[in-house]
Amino acid sequence: MLKIPQSVYDSLRHHGEKTYPHECCGVLLGQMDGDIRTVASAAPAGNTRTDSAHNRYNIDPKDLVRIQREGREREEDIVGFYHSHPDHPAQWSPTDLAEAHWFGCSYVITSVEKGKAVLTNSFELTGTDENDKKLVDEKIEVG
Amino acid sequence: MPKIHIPTPLRQYAGKQPAIEVEASTIGEALSGLVAQHPDLRRHLYTDDGKLRAFVNVYLNDEDIRYLQKDATPVKASDSISIVPSIAGGRFDFRL
Ligand SMILES: [Zn+2]
Repeated sequence: MLKIPQSVYDSLRHHGEKTYPHECCGVLLGQMDGDIRTVASAAPAGNTRTDSAHNRYNIDPKDLVRIQREGREREEDIVGFYHSHPDHPAQWSPTDLAEAHWFGCSYVITSVEKGKAVLTNSFELTGTDENDKKLVDEKIEVG
Repeated sequence: MPKIHIPTPLRQYAGKQPAIEVEASTIGEALSGLVAQHPDLRRHLYTDDGKLRAFVNVYLNDEDIRYLQKDATPVKASDSISIVPSIAGGRFDFRL
């Protein structure tokens, strides 16, 4: 389950509206306690896929190293990621699964239709390795 | 000793520790020291033929080791090494 403060939830949805018609992406930081991921903050990231930003996203690992370090200074760990699907449902795609490697983390997807954020869903990457991984629906608790 | 920061998904294979110090003078020594201490990490970092997995990025401070001297990159005691699996995806579906 993903627990997320309303302000952070609003900010990641807003991020998808700002970058529309391109995909936005970012990192969720907080605490991990068994199956519960509690978000404290979100760090927006740039999408390096400028060649295909309307349907692909990629976070520069250099940004990730920096975000991870800044999180550490606040005693926050990376607990998940978010991205948007411009004019496409808030469901993971085969590409999303193939390129997901952070097991036990949340992958949050927001559908943005005609520039307005509509649905936000979260999926946990479960499994033990590349061969048995799955993105599984999880509950989002906002507030 | 240089410190290796372990990403959240791999900590379960590294004694639940967020960072591990290893005696090393190069990146290659640091990574082999890490998997020697925590053998369960090996298959998550390397392919069966011993290559670092394509989606595993290794950073020395703020630089990708692929653009330094890879395994031969020298490390100092004060250095910080980060292992960061890539973050990517998209709604593009390969439907044939
Ligand atoms: Zn996606």
